[in-house]
Order: sequence, then structure tokens, then C-alpha cells
Amino acid sequence: MIAAARRAVDRWGPVYGAFAALFALVAANAVITPNFATGSSALNILIQVSTTVLVAVGMTLVIAAGGIDLSVGSVMAIASAVAVKTLDAGAAVAVAAALGAAALCGGLNGLLIARYQVQPIVVTLALLIGGRGVAQVIADDGQLLSFSHAGLESVGRGYLAGVPNQVLLTAAVVAAAALLLRAATFGRYLLAVGGNESAARLAGVPVRATKAAAYALSGALAGLAGVIETARLGACDGAKIGLNMELDAIAAVVVGGTALSGGRATIAGSVAGALLMQVITTTFNMRLIPYSWSLVLKAAIILAAVYVQRPKEA
Amino acid sequence: MNARAAALAEKYGALAALLVVAAFAALRYEGFLTPENLLNLARQNSMLGFVAVGMTFVILTGGVDLSVGSLVAVAGVVAAEASGRGLGVALGAAVLSAALLGLVNGLLVSRARIQPFVATLAMMIAARGVALALTGESSVRVESLSPAFAWLGRGSLGPIPVPVALFAATVALAWLALRHTAFGRHVYAVGDNEEAARLMGLNVGAVRLGVYTLSGALAGLAGAVLTSRLGAGQPVAAAGWELDAIAAAVVGGTRLSGGRGGVLGTVAGLLLLGVLFNVFNFEGTISSWWQWVLRGAFLLLFVVIQAKLANKSS
Repeated sequence: MIAAARRAVDRWGPVYGAFAALFALVAANAVITPNFATGSSALNILIQVSTTVLVAVGMTLVIAAGGIDLSVGSVMAIASAVAVKTLDAGAAVAVAAALGAAALCGGLNGLLIARYQVQPIVVTLALLIGGRGVAQVIADDGQLLSFSHAGLESVGRGYLAGVPNQVLLTAAVVAAAALLLRAATFGRYLLAVGGNESAARLAGVPVRATKAAAYALSGALAGLAGVIETARLGACDGAKIGLNMELDAIAAVVVGGTALSGGRATIAGSVAGALLMQVITTTFNMRLIPYSWSLVLKAAIILAAVYVQRPKEA
Repeated sequence: MNARAAALAEKYGALAALLVVAAFAALRYEGFLTPENLLNLARQNSMLGFVAVGMTFVILTGGVDLSVGSLVAVAGVVAAEASGRGLGVALGAAVLSAALLGLVNGLLVSRARIQPFVATLAMMIAARGVALALTGESSVRVESLSPAFAWLGRGSLGPIPVPVALFAATVALAWLALRHTAFGRHVYAVGDNEEAARLMGLNVGAVRLGVYTLSGALAGLAGAVLTSRLGAGQPVAAAGWELDAIAAAVVGGTRLSGGRGGVLGTVAGLLLLGVLFNVFNFEGTISSWWQWVLRGAFLLLFVVIQAKLANKSS
């Protein structure tokens, strides 16, 4: 019995563990937490998780290729500052400029990592440190820039057919990324580079371009998350926006079953991982349990997730 | 440039840059080369310095320890709680509690075979939760009737502040341990080629346990000194120190892939980053956000150059 259970965990845990944990937590909450199983509470969870999901999707692509991106939170701040500073030219221009700046930041990460072979953790650490400074310099040296613009605000506050816009946007990005990873040549390239870089090179995979593109995409998605957060707040708060986002995103990816060593990735898993973490936060809030204990539980979930996924040695 | 020159530049680059920046500062600012300024600089950097020395051991084995900032906070809170019982008890409890959490990191990495990045990320989150839970999410005042404990962070031995003396002793011991003990040689061997180290009969798991426990213990020492200095144990203290410590080690020429580098390089890297901040302060006209931009840009430049040197030297 125990052996059978153990085999089941070994076989299915890495793939469906996050989904199972998420399902169990939601089911338990529906029974024991008042007002949890309501439409508004579900929508709230989705609104709160959407930016983390966007960043986690980009992080999944980077990790699939064997890298890591610590700069996402600062890139969110840069995108936010750029969007607000270019808003005079209209919401479309502002969003485009923000996404462009964010993709450029990611592309710079990618260029340095792919071309100069600097470790991803250090390059993106440098942008994590410097990027928030850049955002604050753009935002009139650390001012809180509030704005009033219906077009831009609708990105983070509007609804379409009863569903919040950012949730729809996030769903579309998730679907596109899942398709990209599964069905597109680029997705195959990412996994090949992450699985075995020299083998991929010998097989004719454009390793540098693939890596650079992964970081540029991660930057662009962080930028989108930054724009959504800015639209929701109606302001650019350069000191706070995206703070510690890299940790949330990495945790979501790892819990979802993507291998940090690269070569194996699941977008759906990352979404489940992000949702799981968000449901924990919401549960602790609704049940008035101190925030500190939610951290301990999250850490335990991260460890449990990687423990079931750990490489089996012969 | 030949391989030997590249290796020398990689090893002593931070020291050379430190001397250049210090010489520039000494010529430009009258107050730079005064005993007060230099001792102040050393004292401000000593607490991060303990952590950076521990981080160097971990990185030399090819690992990384993201939990150090949270461990500083846990130890700082423990020290504050125990400060009424005298210096010995408070210091001992702080170092022991953080070392214990470091030991858990080591067990997760060596026994459960969880990647250092993920294991210590989980510890970073969990230990922050523990620090917040221990204190009810507010800071803990140091017992006012414990002058001995206050001496740890605020006292001095002759002209030398106690934290600086402690840091100098720590660096000397760490250097001796790495250069002249079997443990030190094993640390380099594991980081250089784990498989070869195992085949030579080294107990790789024990070495890993050792470095993570040591990193925890040094974070504990930093926490006790910090609490004594601030007069309170703050559960939110030292957030982000892991990144500063990694930056100091990497700038100092310790390779993230393990096996190359040393404690003296880390001290040079630490002081280089510290002196840069000191220069910004003397300059006075550089806004704090520009300082972050310059710091990130400097880190990026340094690691790109180092990556080029590393490629040439091996």
C-alpha cells in the first residue's frame, strides 16, 4: 500500500503535484473558509495572481533554456515608469514604449549571457540592482507618478464580459506560451539548449539567438506585468512595484514542476504553482492567520515539490 | 593577453580596482583618508562582510546560499530576546540558531539532493517567516541593562571598533582554513570537480554540510552584531544581503561555478563596492537612485570583464 503510494508519487508527483495540491487546498477552503467559494473571491484571486503568472511564464521560458532571470521585478518598475512618462502620447504609445523598454532590458540580459558567457544569475542580478535605479531616475528621481487616463487604466481595471481585462490578457499569454513551448520550433530549441547546450549547438540549434530571445521574452512579459500593475494602481510607484517578484515567479515555476537545471518545462505547471501560492496567501488572509506562517508553509511546499522531482539516481 | 596574465587579472582585479578608486578618492576628498572615515567604512561593511565570507565558502563548492539575509534576521531577533542574559548567551544563541538553520540547508543539499538555489530559496522564505513569527512581526528591543551586549556592536578595542576586529579575525581564520587545512582543500576539490573529489574518497556530503553550516553561523554572528549596533532585533533586517554578498564574492574573483577564488578576493570586492558608495556620498550631488544605477552598471562591467578573463585563463 505504502509502496504503491510511493510509486504513484514518484510517477505522477512531478507532473501533477502542483495541480493536486491546488485542488486539495481549494476544496478544503470551499468547505472550511466562509465566503471562499464565491465568484468575487475567485475573481480577486485571479486578478491578484495575473501579474505573477505573466512573469512566471517568462521565467519558465528562461529556465527551460537553463537560465534564470532575477531582474524581472526591476524591469516591471522600468516599464511602469516608461508607460507613465510617455502617456501624453496616448495609451497605445505608452504601452508599446513600456513593452519595448522591457524587452530591451531582457534583450540586454540575453546578449550579455549568450555572447559574453557571463553567468545568468550575475548579469540579471546587476539589472535587478541597477534597474530599479533606472526606473526611479525615469520617474523624476523617485517621485510617485499618479495619472488619470481611462485608456491606460482600463488595462488593469476594466472588464470584458464580466472577466477582468488582465485575467483575459494573462490567459491569452499563457495559451500562446504553452503553444510556443509545445508546437513551435523555438520551443524545441529552448528545451534543447536547456537540456544539453553543446549537443544543441552540434545539432545546429542557434544557441545564442535562442537564449537571447528567451530573456527578451521574459523582459517583455515582466513589462506587461508592470503595465498592468501600473494601470491597476493608477500610478507608478517605482520603489515598490515588482519588489521581490523574481522570488514569487521562481517559486511558482519550481513548484509547477519545471526543472531548474533546464530542458524540462511546463507552462501549465507554472500557472498552477502561482495559483497555489496565491490561494495560500488569500486563505491566510481570510482566516486571519499571521502572514509569517504562510511563508513557512510556502517554503515547505517548494521543498516538497522539488523533493518529488529530484533526479533519481541509479 | 596570455592565460597566465588573465588568471592574475581575474584574481587581483578587484584589489587593483579598489586601490585605483581609493587613490582617486584620497586625492579628491580631504576627508577620505582620515582614520574616522576609514574605520567607519570598515565598520559599516563588516556585518555584510561576515555573510560574504560564509558565502565565499559556499560558492567555492559550486553552491549558493540565498538564505543568509533571513538567517541574519533570525539571529538578530534571537540575540535581542537573549540579550538580558549577557553577551555570551546572546551571541551563542544567535550563532547557534543560525548555524542550525544552515545545517538544515546543508542536509537539504547533500542528503535530499535538492539544488542549492532552491533549498536556500525555501530557507530564505521560511526563516523570514520564523523571524516574523518569533516577534509578532515587530522589532524586539535589546535589554537596556546589558552593556556587555551593546559592546559587541558599539564598543572598541583601542581605536578599532569591535565589529571590525571581529571581521578581521574572521577573515584571517577563514583564509587559514581555506589555505592550510584539509577542510579548505576539500572545499576547493568539491567545487572544482565533484565527481573527481568523490572518486578520491572525499566525503562530499560532509564538506557541503560544513560550508552551509559555516555560512549560517557567520550570518548568525552578523545578526548578533547588527542587533547590538541597532539596539533592536528587527525581523525585516538584512533583506537583500544575499545579493550583496554574492556580488562581493563574484567581484572579488570567486567563480560561481566553484573551485576558484578565495576570501581575500571577497574582502577586496566588499571594500570596492563599499568605497564606491563612500565616494558617492563624498560627491554629494549623485542622487541615491543614480547610485543604484551606477552600482548595477559597475557590477555588470566587472563581471563581463571577468567572464572574458575566465575564458582566457582556462
